[in-house]
Amino acid sequence: MRHLLSAADLDLLSATELMDLAEEMSLLQGRQVKKLPALRGRTVVNLFFEDSTRTRSSFEIAGKWLSADVINVSAKGSSVSKGESLRDTVLTVAAMGVDALVIRHHASGAPQQATQWINAHVLNAGDGTHEHPTQALLDAFTLRRHFRTAEPDLTDFAGKTIAIVGDLTHSRVARSNVLLLRTLRADLVLVAPPTLLPAGVETWPAQVCTELDDVLPMVDAVMMLRVQRERMSGGYFPTPREYTVGYGLTWPRLQLLRPGAAICHPGPMNRGLEISAEAADAANSLILDQVAAGVAIRMSVLYSLLGGSDDSPPPTREPEAE
Amino acid sequence: MNHAGSEASRVVLDADQIARACARMAHQILEANRGAKGLVLLGIPTRGVALAERLAKAMADVEGISIPTGALDITMYRDDLRRHPTRPVGHTHLPIGVDDAVVVLVDDVLFSGRTVRAALDALGDLGRPRAVRLAVLIDRGHRELPIRADHVGKNLPTAADERVRVRLEEIDGVNEVTIVRDPAGADAVRRS
Amino acid sequence: MRQVLIRGADLLGRGRGDLLIQDEVFADSLEAHHDVELIDADGLVALPGLVALHAHLRQPGREDTETVASGTQAAARGGFTVVLAMANTDPVTDTAEAAEHVAELGRREGLAQVVPVGAVSKGLDGTELAELGLMARSAAAVRVFSDDGRCVADARLMRRAMEYVRAFDGVIAQHAQDPRLAGPDACCHEGAISGRLGLPGWPAAAESTIVARDVQIASLTRSRLHVCHVSTAETVDVLRWAKARGISVTAEVTPHHLLLTTDELLSYDPLYKVNPPLRPAEDVTELRLALADGTIDAVATDHAPHARHDKEHAFAEAAFGMLGLETALAVVIETMINSGALSWATLAMRMSMAPAQIARLAGQGRHLAIGEPANVVLVDPAARAVVDANASASLSRNNPWHERELPDPVVSTFWRGRLTFRR
Repeated sequence: MRHLLSAADLDLLSATELMDLAEEMSLLQGRQVKKLPALRGRTVVNLFFEDSTRTRSSFEIAGKWLSADVINVSAKGSSVSKGESLRDTVLTVAAMGVDALVIRHHASGAPQQATQWINAHVLNAGDGTHEHPTQALLDAFTLRRHFRTAEPDLTDFAGKTIAIVGDLTHSRVARSNVLLLRTLRADLVLVAPPTLLPAGVETWPAQVCTELDDVLPMVDAVMMLRVQRERMSGGYFPTPREYTVGYGLTWPRLQLLRPGAAICHPGPMNRGLEISAEAADAANSLILDQVAAGVAIRMSVLYSLLGGSDDSPPPTREPEAE
Repeated sequence: MNHAGSEASRVVLDADQIARACARMAHQILEANRGAKGLVLLGIPTRGVALAERLAKAMADVEGISIPTGALDITMYRDDLRRHPTRPVGHTHLPIGVDDAVVVLVDDVLFSGRTVRAALDALGDLGRPRAVRLAVLIDRGHRELPIRADHVGKNLPTAADERVRVRLEEIDGVNEVTIVRDPAGADAVRRS
Repeated sequence: MRQVLIRGADLLGRGRGDLLIQDEVFADSLEAHHDVELIDADGLVALPGLVALHAHLRQPGREDTETVASGTQAAARGGFTVVLAMANTDPVTDTAEAAEHVAELGRREGLAQVVPVGAVSKGLDGTELAELGLMARSAAAVRVFSDDGRCVADARLMRRAMEYVRAFDGVIAQHAQDPRLAGPDACCHEGAISGRLGLPGWPAAAESTIVARDVQIASLTRSRLHVCHVSTAETVDVLRWAKARGISVTAEVTPHHLLLTTDELLSYDPLYKVNPPLRPAEDVTELRLALADGTIDAVATDHAPHARHDKEHAFAEAAFGMLGLETALAVVIETMINSGALSWATLAMRMSMAPAQIARLAGQGRHLAIGEPANVVLVDPAARAVVDANASASLSRNNPWHERELPDPVVSTFWRGRLTFRR
């Protein structure tokens, strides 16, 4: 795998391998020496054009625990306003001889554009409203662990129904999750007010519904998306309270969920808007588990991108033990 | 099983011989340790894990107690990661902590010694054993590092262009060790 | 007296003939001197010099991206003998002095006639009328007014402008893009692809609602309306409706909207970022039909040079626009001649006669006849080549056709009898 730009880059096998590897990586968190030498001598740059303490430190820890040299470059602010083109910014950083760029950008497509200009591996840490593939992986990883508590042999999400609720139009997490959860064979239902359904959503591999109450009783997991209050100025919905009444995971709505149904949220949460405090802290809320899974998943992805050669052909057969 | 380009393989250990070798090694390990106290068996995936379990069972039959047994994946510690596409990582399972334990690393074939070197590094990040021993089913020579096994099922002198293949019932459905000449594969096998 | 005899050209596809250029006009070929300069046009088609109804020459203000000299050189390579230069320069062409400055640049340095387009509103700000009358009376004789780049969104301002220019047979050329339906961040067509790619877009309705409004204002004011760069099937429907009612409206389409679709968005390459945006294939089909049947009267390039540092950004942040003067004829041949949708004669209408008529340009878009100005382009209908953006006369390189194989039609271009391009 050269780059990870989109959840669509992963098929069922590679997604499963990444999650299995993340299980191994997560064991590191309990050890005294939190170090694996696999990426020793590799240099990873976190090139963040958008603030994100949580994602950035998650990638930083992931790289360091794999013994990579990790550098944080903050390129906040529009390249247009600074007079430096995106291409120049990317080339300047890559010219220092880095092996991988972890790019977060406020504009969709920037990481993909970067792959046209440089040789380094590119990892999309969130681009505009397009995708956030490592978030989708850690969401799936967390859900898989949850489903395995009841079904230890579970290998994919066939037969599971998962709802994604909220501002789908502006959510990169939603796009990545729709792709990845479908790859994992889940059945998907998307719920949002009509103004927050993306153009062309009828072509997405999911059912679409505008009534949350109808959907909740039939799901094995519900993923609540963050809705930004700023969306009100775009006229997407009239008031926060109307949004919550229609689409928030309120205390009464919690009762509609099946026992064992999981609650997810990619964070940061607007408690009281799209998710009530009761739901966020409920027993079947996986929200903290999602956060904890971030480092393991990102270690898994970094190892997959950087842990081997960049250009040697695949070995002709299973290497013999020595 | 693709043997294209190689001569017929010959069996060097059959099922009975493997079983006897394991039983003998189990006794040796217990003898060297003066009993089972403090022993932890860690097999190196894939077949080292199956062998470790066989040894543990044999030792349990003798001593009457169960020996903590697990797996130690060494992929991340290999010295040749950068020469091949990213390798899949196997499962590591530590039944108990290794601090002050006598860890017996178990593997199917000892060849250049690089796998064991990696295992020692991996073990070092997991704790500080009192001692580390090495048990292997086959020692085929051609060491590239100063590494030796404490317990060997069979010493098997080989040529560099030969391949040793260990098959265990738990994984391969049959118990046998075979050698085949494979000149084309010699360089691939030599992973220095 | 200079003479050039073009022998054996297929004149607008209607049959072979000879053309004698004598100084700046066509003369009877029988008057050719015995030692006249001869051009063997066997196998070539002769068309009246093409008229570039809508192009951005970027001078004054962004001479780093294009100048009147380089832009008209590119135009000559594309077979054009006149370029209408849009007003969104810096400073904006919203006064007689600014218009005369551009016209003078054209006279001094142009390889084609340069006619400035005047702004509709002062500074393109969409609130107050610019000095339309003074611009019309100036030496530049402005007849086409446009805030292109921006929409004249205020209905009252559009009404006033259209009423005002009636006095001198001017025309308002509208860039139809409702600023409320197309928000400040919108960067492409709003549809299934933009939804998947996470790119904010604007819907076809942002264009068609403005055109629907403006054709009714045209009817109200009994004035002419010209619709720039039509890009949607919905707008074509409005145009058909309006023309059926006898409303005085004309429309243009760009070459890129005849061939490129939203599929180009998948690469996130800002080379394909343009306003109006590329649309889905269904719209491209409708646009071609409309150009064939005359609902769309003309092809206009909207040639929009941009510096690399204005394009090499994230898609949503890059500048809008594509080059077009050099490749326009090639694309129209590829999409409309080679498919049989247009004859050469009709192509000449769409790319020369109709735009000249819309802009009220005397001396351009004329027939290849004795006494007419010698504006002619010789076209090789069969030649093809791979486009090389770096071999362009433009100072910019934002060419969406780079590395594509297209017809390579222009053999030579004559402007008022003077050879401005020869392959």
